[in-house]
Amino acid sequence: MDTREGMTTEHPENAAAFVANDARLKWHDESLWFVRQKRDRATSVIPEWETLRALGADIKAHTLSRLADYLEEFEQKATALGAHVHFARDAEEHNRIVHGLLARANVTRVVKSKSMLTEQCGLNHYLEAHGIEVIDTDLGERIVQLRHEPPSHIVMPAIHLKKEEIGDLFHDTMGAASGTSDPKVLTEVARGRLRGNLLAAQAGITGVNFAIAETGGVVVCTNEGNADLGTSIPPLHIACMGIEKVIPRAKDLGVFLRLLARSATGQPVTAYSSHFHGPRPGGELHIVIVDHGRSAILGREHYRRTLQCIRCGACMNTCPVYRRSGGHSYGVTVPGPLGAVLAPHIDPKKHRSLPFASTLCGSCSDVCPVQIDLHQQLLLWRGELGHAELIPLRKRAASQLAGWVLARTWAYEFLGRIARWILPKLPKALLRANDWGRQRELPPAPKESFRELYRRRRGQ
Amino acid sequence: MIDIALFIPCYVDQFYPKVGLATLELLERYGARVDYPQAQTCCGQPVFNSGSFDAAKPIADKFLEVFSSYQYIVCPSGSCTSMVRNHYAELVPDRIAELRSKTFELCEFLHDVLGAKPEGRFAHRVGLHASCHGLRELRLASGSERRVQPFDKVRSLLSGLEGIEFADLSRGDECCGFGGTFAVGEEAVSVAMGNGRIADHERGGAEIITGGDMSCLMHLDGLLRRQKKPIRVMHVAEILAEATGGHGHT
Repeated sequence: MDTREGMTTEHPENAAAFVANDARLKWHDESLWFVRQKRDRATSVIPEWETLRALGADIKAHTLSRLADYLEEFEQKATALGAHVHFARDAEEHNRIVHGLLARANVTRVVKSKSMLTEQCGLNHYLEAHGIEVIDTDLGERIVQLRHEPPSHIVMPAIHLKKEEIGDLFHDTMGAASGTSDPKVLTEVARGRLRGNLLAAQAGITGVNFAIAETGGVVVCTNEGNADLGTSIPPLHIACMGIEKVIPRAKDLGVFLRLLARSATGQPVTAYSSHFHGPRPGGELHIVIVDHGRSAILGREHYRRTLQCIRCGACMNTCPVYRRSGGHSYGVTVPGPLGAVLAPHIDPKKHRSLPFASTLCGSCSDVCPVQIDLHQQLLLWRGELGHAELIPLRKRAASQLAGWVLARTWAYEFLGRIARWILPKLPKALLRANDWGRQRELPPAPKESFRELYRRRRGQ
Repeated sequence: MIDIALFIPCYVDQFYPKVGLATLELLERYGARVDYPQAQTCCGQPVFNSGSFDAAKPIADKFLEVFSSYQYIVCPSGSCTSMVRNHYAELVPDRIAELRSKTFELCEFLHDVLGAKPEGRFAHRVGLHASCHGLRELRLASGSERRVQPFDKVRSLLSGLEGIEFADLSRGDECCGFGGTFAVGEEAVSVAMGNGRIADHERGGAEIITGGDMSCLMHLDGLLRRQKKPIRVMHVAEILAEATGGHGHT
């Protein structure tokens, strides 16, 4: 799902670098856990929460079962409202279409509301290379843009940064007073700057949270109102969406709006849910619908359910591995459990470590508002990577050997006895030089195994 | 009489034989006839979770061969039980139904099948570690993510013991970071997670950390001992066997 280059996705190494900074690790973990707790509180006031999840999952599964029909219906309705609908096969085509629209209108300054799809497609770089200035208007997204780095979370793009670091950044780039770290003051500084960007913009690009087939409208959810500002000042609005964003009916929207904000940030509803049904008078609305690997996932029965995702980020907030390794450790736009099942579809070799960046604790599956069985998919991916021989040879050989031993009682008993005999005799330095023993003591090595004790007890 | 095959995970057999004995004694105390089929080895989970489904298949075949004839299969591990009940479908799809209905985690078996209400004395403050696979794959408790009527089978078994207190945890059911081969493949995150769990139990004043999976406890114990911390770990079977010794209630 990603076109970003130059980043390794060896998760263990990246994660170890993140863990090495203990203060940041604790703070990152606690910040996200705080959001998870907010989510718990916000869902606990909905007695029918589990029913709502099932309903959301069912609607999405139904939509995916006849996705082409709903996309066609959406296209017809949106066109009838005066919008222009474009289909893009991949990131490259998406970027070309967007650039074409901007170039035709002689646009050189664009404001963008947060969109993970355009991140995946590398749109900013593409447009900048063609001489178009792109300003991200979501505060978190703007922060990472100014730092020339990708977002580390799909809902809170700058969650990996401390307010002091943002203060320094705003001092360097926006003239904020040195040493400012009050979030309110920093937000005001950014807002003042963004006002100028918004007023000067010739086009606004947004993502899409939901596209309604029945009405032909798109819905964009933001907490800062930046999608509204970015589309009401300039006359050209380009909305970019993946094919899976379509929902059948207007009345389905309520189900998803209730699920989305609660799961994402623990809010009852997002501050702004903006509906765009056709262009505003005198303006133009273009909707670019992107596949970029999604229909391939749709064609794979076990993995299809990942397309139900409404991009709330709850799986990241709850994931104990994500919380302790940071979004950048995954090396993809969508990190965490969801990213770890999406990324290997695009390049299984490059992202082969991601399905292993999980303890398979299952919290992601239970927190998911549309019931995606994320941890089961991580496990399936492991099997698939193993089958394709994309797991490092050393690990594969160890598994094969273990498999051979464990299928034979005599070999298992024999090696168990040897291990219990030899472990206490090994030098401490050796025991502490491996990935288990560096920070943990080994388990005890009793003289007798359970089966030996059992035999004795039974007089066998 | 209830006829039980004891399924003792490989690492419990080799490193924690006392947990196996506690399980055996406990089940016998409740009047079951318990057999330990000695040809057993392992459920295959370490190999399976490492992505070698092909290598795990013969292990699953062996498991079936060893255990098929018994009325019940009981295991003092949520993770290994879940491997058989939920994941053998990938390995032995045509024979999974018979296994599913008769394979139980120990606490689940005591609670659901035997309706056990253990009585006895265990005057300690314990931190209950809800192991993930027991929690979210076997549903031994309701889990903090889901909005369902709260329940906890392990806790309800323990809470009948006289003198027992439970440490209050700020994150009641977060993963300890063991995760099988994850513990070595992702050493840094694994250790950070384990230390986080220990800190939570320490804040809650736990003397003993207990749970239904010795593997999670092995990881936590490894950290506790290296850091020379006074908290001990005990498998829930050990607590129940010790507390109910000489009583024998059903």
